[in-house]
Amino acid sequence: MRNLGIFFLRYYSFFLFLFLEVIAFSMLFNSNGYQSASFFNSSNKISGKIFTVSSNIQSFVNLSIVNDSLSIENARLKNQVLSERYSNKINTGVYTDTSMSFQQYTYIQAKVINNTILKRNNYLTLNRGRIHGIRKNMGVICGDGIVGIVKDVSDHYCSVISFLHKDTRISAQLNSTKDFGSLVWEGLNPKIGNLRDIPTHVKIKVGDSVTTTGFSSIFPENVMVGKVKSVNQKNGDNFFDVAVTLSTNFSTLRYVYVVSDILADEKIKIEGGRNND
Amino acid sequence: MKEEETMINPIITNTFRFLFLALLQVVVLNNVGLLNLFNPYLYILFILLLPFETAPFYVLLFSFLLGLTIDTFSSTDGMHAIAATFIAFIRPMVFLIITPRGGYEHQTSPNLKNMGAPWFITYAIIMVFIHHLILFNIEVFRLSEFFITLARTALSSLFTLVLIILSQYLLSNSKTR
Repeated sequence: MRNLGIFFLRYYSFFLFLFLEVIAFSMLFNSNGYQSASFFNSSNKISGKIFTVSSNIQSFVNLSIVNDSLSIENARLKNQVLSERYSNKINTGVYTDTSMSFQQYTYIQAKVINNTILKRNNYLTLNRGRIHGIRKNMGVICGDGIVGIVKDVSDHYCSVISFLHKDTRISAQLNSTKDFGSLVWEGLNPKIGNLRDIPTHVKIKVGDSVTTTGFSSIFPENVMVGKVKSVNQKNGDNFFDVAVTLSTNFSTLRYVYVVSDILADEKIKIEGGRNND
Repeated sequence: MKEEETMINPIITNTFRFLFLALLQVVVLNNVGLLNLFNPYLYILFILLLPFETAPFYVLLFSFLLGLTIDTFSSTDGMHAIAATFIAFIRPMVFLIITPRGGYEHQTSPNLKNMGAPWFITYAIIMVFIHHLILFNIEVFRLSEFFITLARTALSSLFTLVLIILSQYLLSNSKTR
């Protein structure tokens, strides 16, 4: 027993090293599990406060770009408002029954307080959390396109897996043909995504819009993703690899919307607990 | 020159360096880079500059805590803790491999001013490259991207090294004058 004690004392730095590495690796492998270990995450209170301060400083620099993108989005939304249209339809006395429809998706406005685009796996921190109704696995979009998926939530902050991450797969479709595949990021250019699994018989037009399918309960249907940049086919592969110019500019991201789907739980339940994307 | 350094309490210096480098990394340097290939991780300068006589217990513990701090702010789930603890563990072995001709003098920190440029740069290259290699490979965790990860490791190491050497020259000049 005494010898064992001496042995441990002599090599204590090696055992301490092993001990610390085991802790770190267990954090890494448990990260996709439950909320238990999620204090060490950018959604906690301290990092939230620090990122809020630094983003306030940064926002002075980006102010004009952010204003431009918000005004473009406003114009786009105004064009969708019915009162802006001249309608040829006259009231024929048939009433729409509003009790037969309800709003499936609601949007929670949030500000990006931390964002990276230079790593293989990028994350964002938003200034909205549990008390604002944000839950794990909600989608995040911005005026231009998709942004990511909520990973961890604290009371006032949430951390989001950016689309620029090795594990994100977004179900997306070509707008003209409605053929769908999964959109991934290959890790080099934050402006380009890759749409996989489009069969080779499909005729793809360069410049065609790519939008979300709404198959998952994360993003609504027809959210803009980007435009087809080029089409490649690897030798002997039955699927195209489509390079897509992303419509979201991740480097100037400032205001985003978290998508809340009222029917998400119901849909996941009927699909047996699977959540696609 | 050496007396000057011992006059400042090493605990205060290192605590300040820990906080400053961690903050600099998560607020500024995580967003500095080019094309997802160059991305510096200057925070490991803290581990590089811990005094020679610091007990391995503290080197390991503080490196782990520093890694964990960076992880907390970057949502990286322990990746930085793994890489930082590893270079803290191999630090004494690196010292052994690159022992200078006169051996090590006690009470000094392994910085550029004390050890000279050739020794310090060799030391920094070994530590930075191993740290980045572990970090990027754990981050990607995919053999299919091995070569692109290797390129990312080499280019980011270069960036980190430039920042380390630059910071060493800037600080040592201001102290000697």
